[in-house]
Amino acid sequence: MVTVSENLADAKNAELQDDLRDRPGLWKQITSFARKQPLGFAGLIVVLVFICLAVFAPWLSPFDPEASSYEHMLAPPGTTSDAGTFYLGTDDFGRDVLTRIIYGARTALFVGFTCAIVGATVGLVLGVGSAFFGGKIDLIFQRIMDIFMAFPLIIMALSIVAIFGSSIQNVIIAITIPFIPRCARVVRSSALAIREIPYIDAARANGFSNSRIIMRHMVPNVMAPFLIMLTAFVGQAILLEASLSFLGLGVQEPVPAWGLMLKNAQEYIRSEPWIAIWPGIAITLGVFGFNLFGDALRDALDPRLRSNQ
Amino acid sequence: MRFSTLKLAIGAATATALTLGTIAGAAAQKSGGTLNFVVGSKIPSYDAHVETTFGMIHPIAPFYSLLIRVNPDAPATNDFVCDVCEGDVDKGADGGKLFTFKIRKGLKFHNGAPLNANDVVASYNKIIFPPKGVASSRKSFYRMVESVAATDDHTVVFKLKFPSGAFIPALASPFNFIYSKADLEKNGLTWHKTNINGSGPFVFVEHQPGAFVSGKKFAGYHHKGRPYLDGFRAIAAPKMAARVQAIEGDRASIEFRGFPPKQRDALVKVLGDKITVQESDWNCVLMATPNQKKKPFDDARVRRALSLSIDRWGGSKYLSKIAIVKTVGGVVFPGHPLAATEAELTKIAGYGKDLKANRAEARRLLKEAGQENLSLVLNNRAVDQPYKVVGTWLLDQYKKIGIKATQQVNPSSVFYDILRKKQDFDVSIDFNCQSVINPIADVSKFLPGGGANYSGSKDKKLVEMYDALLRAPTEAEQRKLVRQYEKRVLDTEATHAITLWWYKINPHRSYVKGWKIAPSHYLGQQLDQVWLDK
Repeated sequence: MVTVSENLADAKNAELQDDLRDRPGLWKQITSFARKQPLGFAGLIVVLVFICLAVFAPWLSPFDPEASSYEHMLAPPGTTSDAGTFYLGTDDFGRDVLTRIIYGARTALFVGFTCAIVGATVGLVLGVGSAFFGGKIDLIFQRIMDIFMAFPLIIMALSIVAIFGSSIQNVIIAITIPFIPRCARVVRSSALAIREIPYIDAARANGFSNSRIIMRHMVPNVMAPFLIMLTAFVGQAILLEASLSFLGLGVQEPVPAWGLMLKNAQEYIRSEPWIAIWPGIAITLGVFGFNLFGDALRDALDPRLRSNQ
Repeated sequence: MRFSTLKLAIGAATATALTLGTIAGAAAQKSGGTLNFVVGSKIPSYDAHVETTFGMIHPIAPFYSLLIRVNPDAPATNDFVCDVCEGDVDKGADGGKLFTFKIRKGLKFHNGAPLNANDVVASYNKIIFPPKGVASSRKSFYRMVESVAATDDHTVVFKLKFPSGAFIPALASPFNFIYSKADLEKNGLTWHKTNINGSGPFVFVEHQPGAFVSGKKFAGYHHKGRPYLDGFRAIAAPKMAARVQAIEGDRASIEFRGFPPKQRDALVKVLGDKITVQESDWNCVLMATPNQKKKPFDDARVRRALSLSIDRWGGSKYLSKIAIVKTVGGVVFPGHPLAATEAELTKIAGYGKDLKANRAEARRLLKEAGQENLSLVLNNRAVDQPYKVVGTWLLDQYKKIGIKATQQVNPSSVFYDILRKKQDFDVSIDFNCQSVINPIADVSKFLPGGGANYSGSKDKKLVEMYDALLRAPTEAEQRKLVRQYEKRVLDTEATHAITLWWYKINPHRSYVKGWKIAPSHYLGQQLDQVWLDK
């Protein structure tokens, strides 16, 4: 004998299967995204290109990024040597600019992703925790965040590198720390709204632990602002790393990094402009790509913007 | 008789011509105007007896007088002339162990107090015999001095333990500012770190930290008719691009330290005959100093390998296009009679012209020492020219013999702290920049316990060699001993690996006259000889 509830379950399953059948494939989703968010799609392409450059740098680069060719110092783009062609020219040590741009993507993305992921994740935990517990904990956390946010990003990063010295680890720390309160503040505002929704009360009533409520019921619901912050942070981190390196406080020679390349190009900007132009373009494109992609992601994930479309 | 008359006539004519020439030359100099110049480093303190940087000398030297100085009108020579003393510089009595200087009468400090022999003695006692806890950076230059005394208000006598050719050049150091004895007694020996009261051609007006130092003409200056300028303004500009632009835009007329070749070419291209370029070898050298307090750098084989990896002859050719370094040399300023010839240099490890053989030997030494996979961190100073350029080049050289090297570029204060106090570096960039060319004093840099040797070396034999060098009576004997000393420092013990000697390039506005390039960026900076042809 079939009960009413079994009938209902069968009907729901059939509905779900229909939904799955109707869901567009990956290719369709991509083309749809490209059509709806052309700028965001362009950003995604740029991001993917830089990721490919970073991952496959040893195979894509024509030269060793740290190998100097003193016979070809400051050679203009297109200069050929026995070892190959310097398509984007060479720098003051005779190193291939194209190779250093490709390897520079590694430094930029490594710093960018590490800072963004660590900074945003810590911010997420602190933001949600602060919103969930509320009261004095929230008050204390938020005042600490206020202190951190009182400093402009670059000033904060500069101070940290100046205190601890310049190395890639310290650059990552210097950039990550200012990201934490920024993410925590945004996530907290979303988490505060979620905290008031009845299902959180229901979870409490069922005797779920605080960590389970936070991790299973609150965090998944603040993922949209979290992901938006994450993508925005990658672009900002790339820019900050380049700025610190440009000021001589970031990564050190002979590590290939765009900001460092730009710094070294200062002396030659008039006579050998290609040393400055290519890393400048790389920084601009990288940051532009992540920002466009982040904007598109925000539009796609924000229900209010979605309903307006 | 007729011959004598002719000689007399020629002599008189020559003297007249010289006198008229001098008068005409003097008449050509114009008075007035303010000299603006840019300085690429900070002022750590005003006390020249303590400091070693051009960042202090360039803006502060115009406020002070010296006992003797290198002739500012011929600074490329070791022609020493009196500043607050009068007459010629004493040649020495008692077999070169007694030097007497007569101090000019009527000298005054800028605060109106009289300057006499007691002030000179007090200043040199602070330099040569500082009390415990009082720093004196060039104390080791005066190992031969037994005492300094004033026999009366206008006579200073230096008594030496033994005769030394290094004494007079050391006495002429531009860092030997004459301070007021009253200031030292009343305010203490550190008062001059933060206060200025000199007797130089210019009176201190203002110091805006990080911006400028300004001075105005001292009406009571003891060299009559000088200074020609009404005043000067030393503008702080740490970035080279800013310094170049300041000269190009005529916001500054000169930078006294030196520009790299590219900046010279750029200025000449833009300004044409409005810019004058003076160039000279430079009594300044960069070196890599391994820390013998750390393993494996306590092993001479490892240190020799580091030196053998360096392509000095190639570096001279290539780096001189992008940096202010050029000349291959040993421990003595190249070009000086005591310096090694090219043939002598090539016998030292790392100076041979067969680079492949040098590097093969370096690899062999590393293998023998069990350091085939050596990795190191180079402590470097965050100054582009030439520190960072040479540091990056050095890393490339080390890589050629299989060493994995990275560099830690630190601000000057942190760099010095690591090099001089903490001494926890693997290998550090180090330098020997001197003012007056005085090889016997200059090579004291490499002396264990000399105050400026940061390698951690305790080589007693080197100290014995130096003492013998200090007492060597003839130049031939000095030359022989310097070669032995050089071999020990750069080859046998390889306590330091000299890279390249600097090359000074000073492009300046053509209307700046009277300033002549010297082999040191510390010399000729009192500015009393400078005038503006505007």
